[in-house]
Amino acid sequence: MTWFQEWIEFLNVNLPLIVDLTVEHVALVGLAILVAILIGVPLGIYLTTNEYLASTILQAASIMMTIPSIALFGVMIPLLSIINKGIGFVPAFIALVLYSQLPIIRNTYTAIKNVDPGVRDAAIGLGMKTVQRLFRVEIPNAMPVIMAGIRTAVVMNIGIGVIAAFIGAGGLGVMIVQGIVRTDQYLIVTGSIAVSLLAIIADVLLGSVQKWLTPKGLETNS
Amino acid sequence: MITFDHVTKIYEGDVKAVDDVAFTVEKGDICVLLGPSGCGKTTLLRMVNRLESITEGEIRINGKSNRDLDTIELRRSIGYVIQSNGLFPNMTIEENVTVVPSLLGWDRKKKRERYHTLMELVGLDPAEYRKRYPHELSGGQQQRVGVARALAADPPVMLMDEPFGALDPITRERLQDEFIQIQREVKKTILFVSHDIDEAIKMGNKIVLMRDGKIMQHDTPSEILVHPKNEFVSRFVGKDRAIKNLSLHTVEDLQKEIGLGDINETIQDTKTVNIHQDLRNTLSTLMNQEAEQVIVTDDHGEKLGTVTIDHVQRYLHLEIREKAPVSTEG
Ligand SMILES: Nc1ncnc2c1ncn2[C@@H]1O[C@H](COP(=O)(O)OP(=O)(O)OP(=O)(O)O)[C@@H](O)[C@H]1O
Ligand SMILES: [Mg+2]
Repeated sequence: MTWFQEWIEFLNVNLPLIVDLTVEHVALVGLAILVAILIGVPLGIYLTTNEYLASTILQAASIMMTIPSIALFGVMIPLLSIINKGIGFVPAFIALVLYSQLPIIRNTYTAIKNVDPGVRDAAIGLGMKTVQRLFRVEIPNAMPVIMAGIRTAVVMNIGIGVIAAFIGAGGLGVMIVQGIVRTDQYLIVTGSIAVSLLAIIADVLLGSVQKWLTPKGLETNS
Repeated sequence: MITFDHVTKIYEGDVKAVDDVAFTVEKGDICVLLGPSGCGKTTLLRMVNRLESITEGEIRINGKSNRDLDTIELRRSIGYVIQSNGLFPNMTIEENVTVVPSLLGWDRKKKRERYHTLMELVGLDPAEYRKRYPHELSGGQQQRVGVARALAADPPVMLMDEPFGALDPITRERLQDEFIQIQREVKKTILFVSHDIDEAIKMGNKIVLMRDGKIMQHDTPSEILVHPKNEFVSRFVGKDRAIKNLSLHTVEDLQKEIGLGDINETIQDTKTVNIHQDLRNTLSTLMNQEAEQVIVTDDHGEKLGTVTIDHVQRYLHLEIREKAPVSTEG
């Protein structure tokens, strides 16, 4: 049998495992992104009203990004061991939420800040309340850029999610880690391809969501 | 009616943008705030709908201090138009125009009717633009939509900050003319910011000329042209104020003062002007043709007489040189 045929055979046998791990991966990344959006978008909006806090938080989030993921996991193990959650889903989830914050907060903040001052002025001058202005004018106009930030975070997290396997959080990283340990190239190749495909599919899907959420009037500018 | 009762605005860092300003805009008038850049026009305007706070003094709208009114209600009851039009890019033209009615909770049918009325008023086809977006419109069309939006809830008072400032001269003039027509119908009390003396003369029943936050002169356009109160005003109005003043007078005024010339049938190719044409345009017609006279007609095309450059000069002399004080400028 050729290498390729053997690999097909491998896929056949391990399909249930691959599916399970993919679901785990998607669940981990999906949940982390959901929480990251719930924190990052409101925070980004709030920061537009507080210049001082904005520079502090954006800087902190930038520093966060420069910490290698493996190191972050390493730090979290002893910290979370206190509540007996040193390894597994929890530290991986927290790390992914933290990593997502920079693109989400920064894009939200910048997008809201960049709403044309004339447009904002008109919204206030015509008598919109703060919440009305936010939901009827500022967020819709900032939507393409906010979505771009979320898209970046998702693709990035699918990649970082691989490392989560090292601390027992499951996901497609498991195949790669075990492949390395057992020097099994089928495992490594399959895991890598699955992760890449997942990232590409997520990006394309989110691209359509982004288009769908972008107000029609903005289409030519984005 | 809008009353400014000794209004002062000091920004952070001790910038006195408006300094003890007092005047009243009568109901149904257009009052133009005029002056060089940075003299405080925008600041003064924005204190009316409380986009800026008032440091000292009081602004009353129909006798009520704007401080005593709810900010949101106050703003919804005042039409607001700005230079950069500020249309909402994410909303259709219909949504833009009816944004204040939406905030006020009007029902769909009433909003739709209002949209139609307003678009017709500003000269845009309601059906054609309903589903379009601001970026698909030209600058002039956007500004018309901006005016329609400001008029949507039929506010008695309008604030307009250089509404036609960003347009090319031809479009600007057309929108000015159209707006004068609209104002004849709607009769709003309007505060209109401009830094262009020609626009101020054309649009204003009254002009408030400002400098460094203070009022230099508050008068009718012709008073400002004919009797500038001080050196600054006459310099701002310009050396050609005599010519500018011509745009305030029509051929009919000239006819009343000095009469028209006889029609000389032997002269060919003479152009005609309407008796209601202003003298500034009449003068340029005269200067742009071979013949030295133009024929004056009434609204039915009936020939009434002729006007020559000499007539205009004599009228000018009578109106300005004799009614104005001796000017100190060279
Ligand atoms: N938010 C602000 N904070 C501090 N100073 C301000 C602020 N807004 C305006 N100023 C200052 O107040 C003065 C008047 O400004 P304003 O915008 O009212 O002038 P303007 O007559 O409208 O000028 P322009 O014709 O250029 O629009 C200027 O000196 C300006 O620098
Ligand atoms: Mg201004």
